[in-house]
Amino acid sequence: MRITQGCFSFLPDLTDEQITAQVEYCLGKGWAIGVEHTDDPHPRNTYWEMWGNPMFDLKDAKGVMMELDDCRKAHPQDYIRLNAFDSSRGLETVTMSFIVNRPDIEPKLRMTRTESRGRSQHYAWETRR
Amino acid sequence: MAMPEAQSSVDGPPTSVDLAEEYHASGVAEILDELDRELVGLKPVKQRIRETAALLLVERARRAMGLTHEAPSLHMSFTGNPGTGKTTVALRMANLLHRLGYIRKGHLVSVTRDDLVGQYIGHTAPKTKDILKKAMGGVLFIDEAYYLYRPDNERDYGQEAIEILLQVMENNRDDLVVILAGYAARMDRFFESNPGFRSRIAHHIDFPDYDDGELLSIAESMLSRQGYHFDAKAAAVMSDYIARRRRQPHFANARSIRNALDRARLRQANRLFEESVGPVNAEQLSTITARDISASRVFAMDQPNPLEISS
Repeated sequence: MRITQGCFSFLPDLTDEQITAQVEYCLGKGWAIGVEHTDDPHPRNTYWEMWGNPMFDLKDAKGVMMELDDCRKAHPQDYIRLNAFDSSRGLETVTMSFIVNRPDIEPKLRMTRTESRGRSQHYAWETRR
Repeated sequence: MAMPEAQSSVDGPPTSVDLAEEYHASGVAEILDELDRELVGLKPVKQRIRETAALLLVERARRAMGLTHEAPSLHMSFTGNPGTGKTTVALRMANLLHRLGYIRKGHLVSVTRDDLVGQYIGHTAPKTKDILKKAMGGVLFIDEAYYLYRPDNERDYGQEAIEILLQVMENNRDDLVVILAGYAARMDRFFESNPGFRSRIAHHIDFPDYDDGELLSIAESMLSRQGYHFDAKAAAVMSDYIARRRRQPHFANARSIRNALDRARLRQANRLFEESVGPVNAEQLSTITARDISASRVFAMDQPNPLEISS
């Protein structure tokens, strides 16, 4: 099942050139970029693992792409996303986020129902491989 | 309605390139003129930069015509004594390479050993990579590069930084240009012990010392940039000062001149305070007189004492 979260996730996967162009856009706005990865794309899993610190003061997208390549090499079967942080409000706000790497076989999100008191049902989502 | 010129440019690469026009259109002419105008002396350096620019322009024309071309190696080393304008030229070089399209952004990241080498094991690699990422698309200027290599301490982390640098210089030739700078003798020793650097650096540019006349015109242009000027006698005293200062230890070309001028401005301010009665005019406020310079200790020292630094 194709996981859709962040920008561009309903589009075909971005090529490296397209990612570079997006990163250039972010840097042009003065945003810092962070690389994060996870093997659990559950929508409640907000905090992915950071691949190094977010990168500040970059002038060119190549620096981000180098980190992304390293991360892909280390975790080829993980989800990897780029987060852009905007500091103009005095704190670093995630202002743009998009997935740049997916595993070959994506896990499924499955809904489970739990019967509880008074015939009411509790719903939950579960990632299944 | 046939347009033969347009047609041929669509069909394939252009068959001829007007180099002179390219030269002007790319803005290189402007930068080289600026270099000539604003930097005093440095003849061999300007010559080398001109040659490099010509090579890059020709390479670009070859690429446009579809001839075989190889991305030229642009890493450079600037050697010369302190105060000979290495950093200033590096800044111009970044601008030049940007205009020619060899680097994408054209900024200069100026670092020394402290910015690259870490304090403990595992600290160096991320630190060096961080700097390299910031320099991507521009020029990385490593001042006093020989401090990276400390032969007396084999566990020094500098070696690690050198290895990462070499790797990036090789693999990311399109993304950044590295300029190493330092004093000539120590740079030579550095290259001898790190043959990897020598073979990866194509352009070695040597910065000569300024002669006395050049230093005087540097002094005058520095002053005029700050809105000051010498009076008639002060210029003569200044050239005398330069000749004496050169014979003393710790002479750093243009930097010594800048420091001397800073101190002359200090004395001028003091003199105005102590002597002026009534209001002073703009002319008085911006004139450096002979007295402001001749009060320097350089004139008091006939036999230079190497332990003392002039003030």
